[in-house]
Amino acid sequence: MQQPLLLFIGDLRGDSMHNIAPLNWRKFPERYLLKGNYCEVCKQAFFPPRPICPNCRRKGKLIQMEMPRQGKILSYTKVHVPPEGFKNEAPYYLAVIELENKAKVLSQIVDSEQEKIKIGAKVKKVFRQIGEPDKYGTITYGYKFKVIQ
Amino acid sequence: MTAGIVGYGIYVPKLRIKVSEIERVWQKSSGGIGVNEKAVASIDEDACTLAVEAARRGIEDFSIDPKRINAIYVGSESHPYAVNPTSSIVGDALGTTNKYYAVDMEFACKAGTAGMQVCYALKKARMIDIGLAIGSDTAQSKPNDALEFTAASGAAAFFIGDKKDEVIAEIESTCSYTSDMPDFWRRPKAEFPEHTGRFTAEAYFKHVIGAAKMILEETGYRADEFDYAVFHQPNGKFPLKAASILGIETKKVEQGLITPLIGNTYSGSTMIGLASILDIAKPKQKILAVSYGSGAGSDAFIINTTDNISDRRAKVPVLEMIKEKEYIDYALYLRHRRKIKSL
Amino acid sequence: MVVIIGAGVTKFDEHWELSFRELILEAALKAIESSGLHGEKIEAIYGGCMASGRFIGQEHIGALIADQLGLNPIPSTRVEAACASGGVALRTAYLSIKSGAHDIVAVGGVEKMTELSTEGVSFALGGAGDQEIELFHGATFPSLYALLARAHMQDFGTTEEQMAAVAVKNHANAIFNPNAQFHRQIAIEDVMGSGYVAEPIKVLDCSPITDGAAALILCSNEKAEELGLKGVEIIASEQASDSLAITGRKSLTELKATRMAAQRAYQKTGLSPKDIDFAEVHDCFTIAEILAIEDLGFFEKGKGGIATEKGETSLKGKIPINPSGGLKGKGHPVGATGVAQAAEAYYQLMELAGERQVKKAKTCLTHNVGGSGATAIVTIYRRFKG
Repeated sequence: MQQPLLLFIGDLRGDSMHNIAPLNWRKFPERYLLKGNYCEVCKQAFFPPRPICPNCRRKGKLIQMEMPRQGKILSYTKVHVPPEGFKNEAPYYLAVIELENKAKVLSQIVDSEQEKIKIGAKVKKVFRQIGEPDKYGTITYGYKFKVIQ
Repeated sequence: MTAGIVGYGIYVPKLRIKVSEIERVWQKSSGGIGVNEKAVASIDEDACTLAVEAARRGIEDFSIDPKRINAIYVGSESHPYAVNPTSSIVGDALGTTNKYYAVDMEFACKAGTAGMQVCYALKKARMIDIGLAIGSDTAQSKPNDALEFTAASGAAAFFIGDKKDEVIAEIESTCSYTSDMPDFWRRPKAEFPEHTGRFTAEAYFKHVIGAAKMILEETGYRADEFDYAVFHQPNGKFPLKAASILGIETKKVEQGLITPLIGNTYSGSTMIGLASILDIAKPKQKILAVSYGSGAGSDAFIINTTDNISDRRAKVPVLEMIKEKEYIDYALYLRHRRKIKSL
Repeated sequence: MVVIIGAGVTKFDEHWELSFRELILEAALKAIESSGLHGEKIEAIYGGCMASGRFIGQEHIGALIADQLGLNPIPSTRVEAACASGGVALRTAYLSIKSGAHDIVAVGGVEKMTELSTEGVSFALGGAGDQEIELFHGATFPSLYALLARAHMQDFGTTEEQMAAVAVKNHANAIFNPNAQFHRQIAIEDVMGSGYVAEPIKVLDCSPITDGAAALILCSNEKAEELGLKGVEIIASEQASDSLAITGRKSLTELKATRMAAQRAYQKTGLSPKDIDFAEVHDCFTIAEILAIEDLGFFEKGKGGIATEKGETSLKGKIPINPSGGLKGKGHPVGATGVAQAAEAYYQLMELAGERQVKKAKTCLTHNVGGSGATAIVTIYRRFKG
């Protein structure tokens, strides 16, 4: 009975109705390399890149920039009830990370012992699969972070 | 300057399963293969993510500008896609330009060293600035198959260039010994490879010894002139036997013998061993490296370290890096490697 | 000014026997009936609905509602702002009257959530966050609020027990609300033992999956006076926006959109938090109520947890919060919530709230949030003596 309704559901990881390859492809620079941007006027870095500087508006000058690969945990949670597509990975950690240039990113934390995952812990970007690939669709890759000593 | 290695990076996933744990589950002995435990990629890792991590370490440790990479060859028997290249994902993930030769390679466990040969040839032909050859595998093995004791996950990335101040080890010579000898294979829709038991040993020694003798003959070196040797290591014993057949002392092979500690990383195996040797090698030392891929072939290399190696080193040596580990039991192993079929 | 002259709410529940259409129809007819007017007096409809496309595969809700009510050809518009859809629909209707375009307008809010599996609901609600940088990475709504909760615990020493106290209090209030989904008293230990969804948020820290609808009839002051109608006056309706993703925010321990909307609402009315007799706030998770009562100025930043634990927000406390039971106890049919909050304001200020009646309530505030705080609506009401 749920099946027909699920036809209405699609997300960025894909299903038969969504042409997700191009949708994901546009995001590769962000997901693979943490490409964001930086306003030379107010000296603030943005991730993901912003089309317009919210501080300086028209006076802002945005340039493309790769974000630093390291940062620290501002907050974290251990997800026990995952959304569709993350079932086999659960439980997993999610954190809000402040990168070295103050830009913030939400990411999974992997390969890190539970007691080391805490506010203030230093983390480094790694390259991983994101979400559960199905047998036929494309695999989505991107950033996760791990705690470093 | 002769073309050679300008940097390398190794990635071994954190998870480990002990061979004794696999023995416990199937109530049978691994039969003295000289392997204690094997590295296991976690559920969100595949040969592509391993390849990227290995290459990224090389880029960071050896200060390589990804924009200089004009060739990427990823060798693996576990490419995440049957069709769709791993090498282009690696390129984008490293931040290269769009100007690079790229193809995925497959030749059982020697696809990574084949990539090194191609990069070396392209470099000698002056077609590239830096070439990147990667051997990366999340080796597949059927539960309760003999391969399960050793099939491991890991990746090695070697950067090939020829800038005088960058080359840490020149490639003096390389050759391949190849023949049609099907000792291990996987048909298109089969999930796990098949193998021929002891026939595999026959194929291994025929090609490894064949290639080693071929390169010695071509270059005129004697086996005892090498400071180190590394061979493909499907288990802890074959490489030692190969060395003894060739008349190379065991102690020259030990530094590059990594399989006992992490299992057989297939395409990564010989290359990770070579990296471990480069971790400690002094300038002007001579290394013999021979890979092996079922089906079958061996790539042999004579590699001479340069003065640069004293100050161009990996930040964390292989033997140190693999100490970061977390043991899992067989059930978690099945979960991480997606071998539970009802899911 | 604008006056609420009638309100209607369905029971909030898992309505296995009722469809989306039947729910909104029931609420709308109750509201029309309570206003004492005939349906044909209604000049326009604004309907709040968050994700009918995902929940039931039906879009074009505006037209559907007018059709169901037999009110064609009046204009009927769907308004969407995630869980703030109802609140924004109310504000849109309010503005349409203030602008002089209409005198009598119906506002609806509806969501039929139980047609999807729990994973499906979680996915549908996920649409309120940032698909590309939050949901893509495995974030869920509980996990986003869990990140805010953890930061609040770190900065102010808020405890899981204090969060649990929000759930206990709202369940206690819901017992007196016949339309509430839960009529079951719970204890702190029940919440603490209810199992993690996303640490530190547990099952009983979360509002439930609910089917339900709510409706209001709004009227201009002039028209209400002319027709001699009683009701509840909306004296301010303010809305503010913030970044869709929590990583775009400066602080993880406040919802700035709430603070901004509240500030403007207080400014417009010349009131201060002290003048508010009770409030219905958006407690989709228990931490959300703690953030709300701080951001709305009822308690100092960081003191919301302690205040709740001390009973200052209970029905007989210093400032009753969520006398209806809130989203936690009453249920949270997302698109209906903002409208149901206004309905509660109406029932309370008209002294129709029965056992949960806040004594001598003259002025109240409702607070409706979309997503993890990207939209916030603050509305202030007082009794209208027409």
